[in-house]
Amino acid sequence: MMYDENKIIPMIIIFVALVTFPLWYNLGKAAPKPDPKIDTPVIQALQNKQCIEPKAAMKTTHMKILDEWRNDVVRGDYSRQMTTADGRVFEKSLQNGCMKCHSNKTKFCDQCHNYMEVKPFCWDCHIAPKETN
Amino acid sequence: MNFISGIILSFITVLVLVFIPFFGMQVANLQFVFGVIIPYAAIVLFLVGVVGRLLLWSFSAVPFRIPTTAGQQKSLPWIKPNKIENPSSAAGVFGRMLLEILLFRSLFRNSTMEFREGPRVTYEWEKWLWLSAILFHYSFAVVLIRHLRFFTQPVPAFVTMLESLDAFMQTGIGPLPGLMLPGMYLSGIILLAAAGYLFLRRVYIPTVRYISLPTDYFPLFLILAIATTGILMRYLLKVDVVGVKELALGLATFHPVVPQGIGVLFYMHLFSVCCLFAYFPFSKLVHLGGVFLSPTRIMANNNRFVRHVNPWNYPVKVHTYDEYEEEFREKMVEAGIPVEKE
Repeated sequence: MMYDENKIIPMIIIFVALVTFPLWYNLGKAAPKPDPKIDTPVIQALQNKQCIEPKAAMKTTHMKILDEWRNDVVRGDYSRQMTTADGRVFEKSLQNGCMKCHSNKTKFCDQCHNYMEVKPFCWDCHIAPKETN
Repeated sequence: MNFISGIILSFITVLVLVFIPFFGMQVANLQFVFGVIIPYAAIVLFLVGVVGRLLLWSFSAVPFRIPTTAGQQKSLPWIKPNKIENPSSAAGVFGRMLLEILLFRSLFRNSTMEFREGPRVTYEWEKWLWLSAILFHYSFAVVLIRHLRFFTQPVPAFVTMLESLDAFMQTGIGPLPGLMLPGMYLSGIILLAAAGYLFLRRVYIPTVRYISLPTDYFPLFLILAIATTGILMRYLLKVDVVGVKELALGLATFHPVVPQGIGVLFYMHLFSVCCLFAYFPFSKLVHLGGVFLSPTRIMANNNRFVRHVNPWNYPVKVHTYDEYEEEFREKMVEAGIPVEKE
């Protein structure tokens, strides 16, 4: 025999509802995968379509690279240029480095950042590039 | 069990558990097992286990009010009762439970008794347990809610709000370049520190060490392992978070996908979390539900004005005075014994 079922059963329902929140919250919602585009004119004109590091490394550590660059440029050794492993030279700069090729912020940066609900503080200071289309 | 062997046993168990996916992935491509099957199994075990526990508990009768009280009971109208510490009504119990669950009030009363300088007993104000417990539980709750950003799309506002509060200390400049990037979450650090303290006090305080069992150390080590792998993943070794979210959303929408190249550290983290969830209903951790059903807290102290009947009382054969008089009236009258009815 159950005792206090008028309290325990609502308690169980609330517990199950809370635990299964992700299940019913996402019901009927399609979750499109982020699809960052690298088809900007600058990249298409490139012979070697290779970023400063392989794609997998860029995916996971680009924020570290940017932070290191910032520290170097602003309060480190003030070096403004970096050389990749295969000898190409790039400017340590978000606007004049990264965004020169990846000029499509909304179709590149924002894709994953919005998907992950990440709000990087790059744009607190930097001005986002104007996009033509 | 010797406390050293208890610690070693549970530490090795956790170590083995954490490294199961590491070796599992090296031997075979078991992404689907570790990414989909085990998480589903763990969450089902967790839900069924905890609900089963609650149902099991609900079958125990609690016929008598046995609240522990720490205040004046309700009695004569001119004596002021303590409505929270000695509740006489449902509202008082509710207030008491609110303080208990949100602020750990009974733990706040904790004091230590020690012998000092010969036969002299001292009672000391001791709040470290309360402080670490409340930090531990709240930071764990924040960590748990923050993880909803992997399981929801779009992410609900309360999650993003909590996240921005949690990461309000922007420490772009860590001791190592990029160490605290992206934004440092306070909850993760506090969770690790509080759980670490809860472990250290078990080792350091002799009385607590004496009553500590492997079942006390194991969940602590498991939680420490979860926090460590999580922090490593976020700040140092880095995994592909977009892939992680694809996997998590796949689980939440019942369209499981296993993106390639997430990194084995993630599977180690996920597997330890699954272990915690699966272990939950069968361990002391089930106090999550138990606190809502603790007999010494959830009852009003109303024994003196409400009759509580034990539900398993067998029917007692009684012979009332009225029946007795009915039976023996003539003989009583004959013997000159006064009767109530003539």
